[in-house]
Amino acid sequence: MKIEINGTLTEVRADTLDAVLDELGHGDDKVATAVNETFVPVAARRQTALAPGDRVEIVAPRQGG
Amino acid sequence: MQLYGTHIDSRLMLGTAQYPSPTVLAEAFRRSGAGIATVSVRREAGGERAGAAFWDLVRRLDVTLLPNTAGCHSVREAVTTAQMARELFDTSWIKLEVIGHADTLQPDPFGLVEAARILTEDGFKVFPYTTEDVVLADRLIDVGCEVLMPWGAPIGTGLGLTNIYGLRTLRAQFPKVPLVVDAGLGLPSQAAMAMEMGFDAVLLNTAVAKAGDPAAMAQAFARAVEAGRLAHQADPMAPRDMAAPSTPVIGRALLS
Repeated sequence: MKIEINGTLTEVRADTLDAVLDELGHGDDKVATAVNETFVPVAARRQTALAPGDRVEIVAPRQGG
Repeated sequence: MQLYGTHIDSRLMLGTAQYPSPTVLAEAFRRSGAGIATVSVRREAGGERAGAAFWDLVRRLDVTLLPNTAGCHSVREAVTTAQMARELFDTSWIKLEVIGHADTLQPDPFGLVEAARILTEDGFKVFPYTTEDVVLADRLIDVGCEVLMPWGAPIGTGLGLTNIYGLRTLRAQFPKVPLVVDAGLGLPSQAAMAMEMGFDAVLLNTAVAKAGDPAAMAQAFARAVEAGRLAHQADPMAPRDMAAPSTPVIGRALLS
């Protein structure tokens, strides 16, 4: 199915958030996630099912002012 | 200085963005003596690993981290960003930015109060990036903010304290609330002035990161903040319009 990953429409095989992160190569990266503008904590990724067109944001620590 | 019950030694808070290299960033922090570093969250691609590298760098700085919601223009964006930052940085502290105007990056006062309310109810310790508006300050305190961070000038301008009257009024109206001048400072003298006026701390980034020698500028700001604080505590003299001789008049030899 196609979902939006950080604003880019992307074809993925997995259908849960934790599996999509694995598929995208995040492994055990220090990242935080949101689906359709709602925060999804690490503990909830496995139970978070994704549907075509869902908007997934994956962020990591960065420089800030 | 106590912020949400946590003691912080330094009254200089420093951003981590825009440095020419990680080495320069680390040296600037060392010479600044800053106790708090602001950080952010941004999109990451699989295999990019930029987040891990930055995380390693900031952990070695040995400072308290204050994540921000920089660039957020809506309450929803700011709240979700804060929740992601809390998980990533393992802190409930959040520098809350809800921007309302593209050219000045002026906070949206209505969105700011609403986001501060939601986040405080969710257990966050909110450091709102605000203006010198005393009514807005009151509203932010009403919804649970225990620290306020008024701007000196728009972010990244280096203009210094553009509304002295407004900042002085804010300080006078909220004598017991920790007030941090955040944004717009360009020179150490401007930081010293904020501290002389009784502000509790200053937060800056661009003035150090974009200086020709960021580490030297970081140290200059550290000294200015310390000097300004000491001057405030020393109770400055009142200015007057007419001259008053400092050397005793009595005892002067009459030679004419």
